[in-house]
Amino acid sequence: MPRLVITITSGKGGVGKTTATANLGAALAAMGGKVVCIDADIGLRNLDVVLGLENRIVYDLVDVVEGRCRLRQAMIRDKRLPELYLIPAAQTRDKTAVSPSDMMRLCDELKQDFDWILIDSPAGIERGFRNAIAPADIVMVVTNPEVSAVRDADRIIGLIEAEEKGPARLVINRIKPGMVRRGDMLSADDVLELLAVELVGMVPEDEIVITSTNRGLPVVLDGKSKAGQAFRNIARRLNGEKVPFLSMEEEGGIFSRLTRFIRPGGA
Amino acid sequence: MNRLIDRLLGRGAPSASLAKERMKLVLIHDRTNLTPGALDTLKDELIQVISRHVEIEPEAVRIEMAQEGRQQRLIADIPLRPTRQRRLG
Repeated sequence: MPRLVITITSGKGGVGKTTATANLGAALAAMGGKVVCIDADIGLRNLDVVLGLENRIVYDLVDVVEGRCRLRQAMIRDKRLPELYLIPAAQTRDKTAVSPSDMMRLCDELKQDFDWILIDSPAGIERGFRNAIAPADIVMVVTNPEVSAVRDADRIIGLIEAEEKGPARLVINRIKPGMVRRGDMLSADDVLELLAVELVGMVPEDEIVITSTNRGLPVVLDGKSKAGQAFRNIARRLNGEKVPFLSMEEEGGIFSRLTRFIRPGGA
Repeated sequence: MNRLIDRLLGRGAPSASLAKERMKLVLIHDRTNLTPGALDTLKDELIQVISRHVEIEPEAVRIEMAQEGRQQRLIADIPLRPTRQRRLG
């Protein structure tokens, strides 16, 4: 397996960066990789709750950087998977507690032991974003098929290129196939044409993401979830496999297939 | 029924194509820092400069932004006035 630092970022908040990080981490670990996820959103930590590890935090990223603990002590092991670890963000500090060179030093050390280092970036274009992309080998941009998320993604892609961290890889999250079919949501093709970057994944809107997050379980561990399938596919693509993209047109389930049958003219 | 009301109110057209067209323009301006107003000024000044050297058809000048991958191009189409017409005039 490659030894890669992958940063997951977005520009706009709330598009699914943390969900993507947790699920890619779990999927890569389930494939046999040794994975560490770093929550770089200092002051607004969330990766711990999405992974269901919030009760086991003793030390955090800022403790490591400021030398209050050894790296090993801040890594929480997810017992459900063979080799998945979390380094949580500090909750009571802010982004200035860590610098881009701290992140690079940390990732150099982690690369000795891990196949995959995933960094969950904060939203925005400030210090936290710069910290998160500094050590990245690959930068993944998550967006939704909505005007505000696409616009912010474009801005962040420009910054990634300016920092010579490109080409950015795009994940389009929360696609509603029924709305796309009716022409009421930007399709993946529309978003790709606007942003002109390489696509690495399309993830359909899926209620199981919410219920599994409620339980602190990554959705990739649920075999029935379409979103889980989409995240597993992204993990395989990151691992160098050629995996065809899920057809968003066929995701609608029996009800929409029925309506399509009733209205054969409707595109 | 809702759809019918929407149609009657002129809201019935699929919104995705509208979003796409709006985003195309917004992204061009975000990427280049060039507003439509600035583009008009640029066009006027371009016409002045070129007119100093060669006769052109000012009203037929077209300045457009084109996208090639993530690169923006400024494309100017400047028709020249034919020389024969100049002699007659």
